[in-house]
Amino acid sequence: MRPLIAGVAIILVLLTGWGCVSVVCAEWEGVDEAVVKKFAEQAGRPPREPYINTTRGDLLLFCFLLAGTVGGFAGGYYFRELFPPKSKRTHD
Amino acid sequence: MSRPLEMTVFAVVAVGVLGCQSAYAMHVSEGILTLPWAGFWFALSIPFVALGLRNLRLRSEREPHIKALLGLVGAGVFVISCLPVPVPTAGTCSHPCGTGMAAILVGPLLSAVVASVALTLQALFLAHGGLTTLGANIFSMGVVGSFTGYGAFLLARKLGAPWAVAAFFAGLLSDWATYAATSLILAAGLQPGGDFWSLLIGILVAFVPTQVPLGVLEGFVSAGAYGFLRSRRPEFVALPAKEGAS
Repeated sequence: MRPLIAGVAIILVLLTGWGCVSVVCAEWEGVDEAVVKKFAEQAGRPPREPYINTTRGDLLLFCFLLAGTVGGFAGGYYFRELFPPKSKRTHD
Repeated sequence: MSRPLEMTVFAVVAVGVLGCQSAYAMHVSEGILTLPWAGFWFALSIPFVALGLRNLRLRSEREPHIKALLGLVGAGVFVISCLPVPVPTAGTCSHPCGTGMAAILVGPLLSAVVASVALTLQALFLAHGGLTTLGANIFSMGVVGSFTGYGAFLLARKLGAPWAVAAFFAGLLSDWATYAATSLILAAGLQPGGDFWSLLIGILVAFVPTQVPLGVLEGFVSAGAYGFLRSRRPEFVALPAKEGAS
């Protein structure tokens, strides 16, 4: 099993390294732009502005941080509930 | 959990949340689908979400930990499904879905519920996907991704594959199936002049350079998450298999 995993990892590293060299000037656009938007525009149905547009000014940053805070709290809270430290588990 | 592992999890979550940018990858953006198609995908998705909510009510009566596990898995799916990962072989960014992992941890119906919540929040606050295309996005990521991942896991286990290999294929195939479903949704909704098949193949081929390596990455993530839960709380990972009985 381990040689298989090592082999796959080596192939991935080689592919990634080759890719890094070959597309060093890549623009790293999301596939929504590279694929979805391209085909939608070809069909005459380009994406429209979102109904709730949070990309204005610092609104998006506010949403990211709010989501990060809430998500981080929820993740941490439930993680501790599901995987309590060993010392606490022995008391339960 | 060891300190380095805790720090790694924290770093991944932090990068995921702070690295989110608007409108990436399999999410079908606002305005791309016509109203009839948007309604059609909503109609297909809603029964799965409703069944998932019923499943949650039934399971929470006999599995007190399920809501906590669902909260943790939900946070994971939310982050994973808006985490733009650069793919050097393609020179583009895309995101994994996390629903294959969620399906083998909590079951496919609850995974569909988790995906619908994550996609709704992303559409509302992160300009990621859209409100009119929410049904289509839930169908591709929440329904097709979850059931493909869960089915792949069960099939691999029945064929005698070790759990790590089964979990890897759950992540890999759920990712690829999600993007195949997105291609189908786009081809059906956008077909110019009725040329459905050539458009479908064109979109599928366009996704390949980015999604093939990303699917492999998602396979490793699923295997890692399943392995972690299996080692720390083995009693939890046996439960989703019983979901069909409820």
